[in-house]
Amino acid sequence: MCLAVPGKIVGISRDPDDEVTGMIGTVDFQGSRLDVSLAMTPEVTVGNWVLVHAGFALTVLDEQAARETWQYIESADLGQMPKELRDLSAGAAEQD
Amino acid sequence: MEICGTHTVSLLRSGVKSLLGDVLRLISGPGCPVCVTSQGYIDAACELAARQEVTICTYGDMVRVPGSHGSLEQLKARGADVMVIYCPRDAVHYAAARSDRKVVFLAIGFETTAPATAAAIIEAERMGLENFHVLTAHKLVIPAVSALLSGGDVAIDGLLCPGHVSTVIGADAYRPVVDKWKMPCVIAGFEPLNMLVGIAELVEQAVTGRADVANVYGVAVSPAGNRVAQGLLSRVFAPAPAVWRAIGTIDDSGLELRPQYARFDARAELDVQIGPDHEPPGCMCGQVIQGKVAPSACSLFATACTPVKPVGPCMVSSEGTCAAWYKYGSSITKAQVGPQ
Repeated sequence: MCLAVPGKIVGISRDPDDEVTGMIGTVDFQGSRLDVSLAMTPEVTVGNWVLVHAGFALTVLDEQAARETWQYIESADLGQMPKELRDLSAGAAEQD
Repeated sequence: MEICGTHTVSLLRSGVKSLLGDVLRLISGPGCPVCVTSQGYIDAACELAARQEVTICTYGDMVRVPGSHGSLEQLKARGADVMVIYCPRDAVHYAAARSDRKVVFLAIGFETTAPATAAAIIEAERMGLENFHVLTAHKLVIPAVSALLSGGDVAIDGLLCPGHVSTVIGADAYRPVVDKWKMPCVIAGFEPLNMLVGIAELVEQAVTGRADVANVYGVAVSPAGNRVAQGLLSRVFAPAPAVWRAIGTIDDSGLELRPQYARFDARAELDVQIGPDHEPPGCMCGQVIQGKVAPSACSLFATACTPVKPVGPCMVSSEGTCAAWYKYGSSITKAQVGPQ
């Protein structure tokens, strides 16, 4: 449950009427894309890498660290995260 | 002791635990949120799931934990509306789309996850939802660690602290633990090399008689942590006593909704009680999560209790100590098992 996955922000949308929870990032996880809440990381910009847990970005990550972490997650057997993200991303794409 | 369930799994899976062999004993602590959730909570979730009008939204780990009368997964097979979600916002959006359903989100997890619940509740409030509720069982790491250490039952020389909880709470949060118990606290991520660096730092401190907070996961953890996430937490939740499976009640170790968010509390709004905690006969999860015994000490381990038919949550959860031992434990030496 503590597992968090790095991804790169490729787009940001903001709801002008919702300052607290209205900032959403489209995050790319090695090809799978998911909308992630940026409620906890309002300082981010497009191009930043973020650590994502339960659909929320927790912190900005340095790109090098992010790539290394992703490599490890993919090679490791730490639960379903990459597959889950791919499934979620495919599901989201279907709905679009 | 490593507190975090992700660390437990990583240490076993990567082989670090077996490599350390007879040199260093790594004890798993109460860091798996599902494993420390009381049986009473699971039963309450099942009671809600059995109601026709209720949709349970939950993280995946919870569905297979056996309650007194079956698990959420078993109830789902009998027609209960149980939905596994990835993000608490999914539960909010579902509630918005289905005003005919009473949606209950099972809010478990430590500080890594609790801010997400807080944000979801704020969003639900903004949307004016009346059919979104949470059944809270969020837990806090520092009070739990403090309780464990003040119990004096577990002799440890250092604490390997959870990486992503620390992203939220910050490295400085461990200062009181260091100061009060002269306990080295090192924050590490979950990659094998990073965990080894963290363990090396712990050993260095223990051997030289030092006790300090050290952060080897600086890429993701800052001294102050994520202030915005902390703000979301304190806006929606207040610390409260919490029941930890088989351990009992620990003061200020859980989170309760603040009065202004009381209408999102499933217990009051849907009239459900969280009953007393109780262990299934023979189950030693409570001892395992405190690091008092190894999974192999439990007579049910790998016999009556396996990942396919688990008795207790430590075998169910992907971060449960028993599940990790079952999957990776053939390399564990006698020294790691410790007194039984």
